[in-house]
Amino acid sequence: MQQYRAHLMLCGGTGCIASESLKVKEALSAEIKKRGLENEVNVVFTGCNGFCAEGPIMTVYPEGIFYERLTEKDIPFLVEEHLLKGRPVERLMYKEPEKRHAVPAMKDIPFFNLQVLRVLRNKGLIDPEKIEEYIARDGYMGAAKAFTEMTPAEIVTVVKDSGLRGRGGAGFPTGLKWELAGRVSSDTKYMLCNGDEGDPGAFMDRSVMEADPHSVIEGMIIGARAIGANKGVIYVRAEYPLAVQRLNLAIEQAHEAGLLGEDILGTGFNFDLSIYLGAGAFVCGEETALMRSIEGKRGMPIPRPPFPAQKGLWGKPSVLNNVETLAQIAPIILHGSDWYRSLGTEKSSGTKVFALTGAISNVGLVEVPMGIPLRTIINDIGGGVKGARKKGGRTFKAVQMGGPSGGCIPESLLDTPVTYEDIVQTGAIIGSGGMVVMDDSNCMVSMARFFLEFTADESCGKCPPCRIGTKVMLDMLNDITEGNGKESDIETLQDLCGDIISTSLCGLGQTAPNPVLTTIKYFREEYESHIKDKWCKAGVCRSLCTFIVDEKVCTGCGACQRACTQGAVTGEKKKPHEINQELCIQCRACYDACKFGSINIGPAAMREGLLKDTPAVSV
Amino acid sequence: MLSDKTIEEVEALKRRYPDPRGAILPSLYIAQREFGWLSPEAFEAVSIVLGVPKAHLRGVASFYAMYRHKPVGRHLIQLCTNVSCMIFGAEDLVSLLKNRYGAEVGGTSPDGRFSLVIMECIGACEAAPAMLVNEDFHNNLTENNITEILEKYK
Ligand SMILES: Cc1cc2nc3c(=O)[nH]c(=O)nc-3n(C[C@H](O)[C@H](O)[C@H](O)COP(=O)(O)O)c2cc1C
Ligand code: FES
Repeated sequence: MQQYRAHLMLCGGTGCIASESLKVKEALSAEIKKRGLENEVNVVFTGCNGFCAEGPIMTVYPEGIFYERLTEKDIPFLVEEHLLKGRPVERLMYKEPEKRHAVPAMKDIPFFNLQVLRVLRNKGLIDPEKIEEYIARDGYMGAAKAFTEMTPAEIVTVVKDSGLRGRGGAGFPTGLKWELAGRVSSDTKYMLCNGDEGDPGAFMDRSVMEADPHSVIEGMIIGARAIGANKGVIYVRAEYPLAVQRLNLAIEQAHEAGLLGEDILGTGFNFDLSIYLGAGAFVCGEETALMRSIEGKRGMPIPRPPFPAQKGLWGKPSVLNNVETLAQIAPIILHGSDWYRSLGTEKSSGTKVFALTGAISNVGLVEVPMGIPLRTIINDIGGGVKGARKKGGRTFKAVQMGGPSGGCIPESLLDTPVTYEDIVQTGAIIGSGGMVVMDDSNCMVSMARFFLEFTADESCGKCPPCRIGTKVMLDMLNDITEGNGKESDIETLQDLCGDIISTSLCGLGQTAPNPVLTTIKYFREEYESHIKDKWCKAGVCRSLCTFIVDEKVCTGCGACQRACTQGAVTGEKKKPHEINQELCIQCRACYDACKFGSINIGPAAMREGLLKDTPAVSV
Repeated sequence: MLSDKTIEEVEALKRRYPDPRGAILPSLYIAQREFGWLSPEAFEAVSIVLGVPKAHLRGVASFYAMYRHKPVGRHLIQLCTNVSCMIFGAEDLVSLLKNRYGAEVGGTSPDGRFSLVIMECIGACEAAPAMLVNEDFHNNLTENNITEILEKYK
């Protein structure tokens, strides 16, 4: 094998490709060639590294120097300085938010060093389109062990003892699921993978399928062996074209390597694996609906029992596991259940991948041991709320976990450890691992309304509590955000939530009220101010706010004037500006543009007062 | 009608599953690719190859968001307005697409260039707002760069 003195790991994940890492790659290859370094320097186009916000990113080994926000223009200088003269380029290194000094080594960047990578073990280290690179990092060693040294029952035992719980949302113990399906005898069984990832704000499964498709396939092969399944299907969202392409390629390669198909590893075991494209229905992520979808039906859940382990796809015993669950399997087999349990808590063992998005400095994927406090994830790894450290900057309001089935967790509960048990106590759920951070410019009533709109829209329509109940709640929330809320609404909403939870057929309806319940629980005053004072203090609900300039704070910089599309802001430079309430459409552009916090948000009545030219109500 | 190659593709799918119905979703995709949308001919063609009644195909297709029930423009914009994208101003992009190109949500611009569909989260939240144009991902969208990006799609 060719020996290189340097390896450049350039990220080729969706995020970095979108920030033009392909151009950077071309520039790198051209420059390396020009300098005659082809035999010394190796460029690897890796899968998603997780730090997408800083993309395109590249790590240079052996030193582990981390570069970010690269453009093709930076490349000639970088190659000359770093690779020829041995002088890393500080200008292109990572800087801690709102600090100046560069942090050269990847291992010193908090985003990376608080994490433990198991699912994302190959993150940024391999080319996902090459099976050899996966194999070089212990790939398919777990499968080899499972096939040659272990009986199916032993595989089940190890997975059971590891305490691994399904990462698709419900947290059902994986080993137990395998055991149930293993016990049933049948001519055909199915091992299925759920890559339907529909939770808003979640993208870990996409990332795993794109960056490390073999890790999913290996988990499936081991699962198939454990339960005795000869057929497998990976159900992937059609909206993930890159994931589909890479999985297809990986399946082909695994076939060629004798890891799929007939007589796997000479053991006489057959496993045929294919991909099935979803067609854009959130509810198809639910296991029984997913199976109906593969059978060519409308993706509607059916009541359980019978459980899929007994009667699943095409009426045959089936196990469905989430992408991330499956990616955990091979290392567990290889290193044992004690190794897996060495991280996490008694009831929530191992690591979990979270997707950080929204108003946070470091958006991207993170993998942490279960049980660490939410605060560590948000502040130390995530870098806190974006722009929080600036004067008059934003402050943290809530983190939304679990998507439309989850809830909003307020600042006061940020010391909650992330485990299945503890997060449920807050009213949210771990769910698939999305964490959407919200700052003080987000309105919690609107947020609840938003998620309910999503579930009302995605409800498959089969059971009335979910179909009608979510619609009724949505209407009420619409009324509240439009200024037509009634004082009794909060109680009515809470009652409705209880009914929908207890009577819906599947998880979609049973969890749909969570965003409403948690926002009422922690942000009740926001509901009250919407209903009683007709005042959306975040300035999101247009009919419930008035924007006015605080003359004492305004510097007359003109930023708000430029931002206003209605010509409603007037004023001379360096003198306090003014908003013409007749022209203002409450779009909040001025508020967002102001760097000095000089725009105040008052209740709707204030505007009426100003329009009538009566003395203004003070904020 | 479907081309011979496509018919073969659908036949192969049909053999994959214990019941031809298993091939419905992928076959509808294939037909959609061929016809641009699920036209009456598309249903007819799939129905013949799979031996599944058209009514059943329509019933299935109407459940899923990715099937097109009317002709689409030359390029399909699938814009996400879900939570992360909403926080970063996806709604403004919707108005921009409407004002600038005349592409309404669920509709097509008068010149037939763009059709606009609103998506639920497309898993690109780390660089929101995001959209798919045909099969290409674009993210970190702003009111400025979106028009620049769309320039590439004539
Ligand atoms: C409405 C609804 C949507 C779901 N969406 C997904 C999904 O997108 N991905 C997923 O893995 N599980 C999803 N689930 C959970 C699945 O039903 C199932 O529990 C899971 O795929 C099992 O895998 P696991 O045990 O490895 O977590 C969803 C459940 C419900 C009720
Ligand atoms: S919310 Fe738009 S891509 Fe996730």
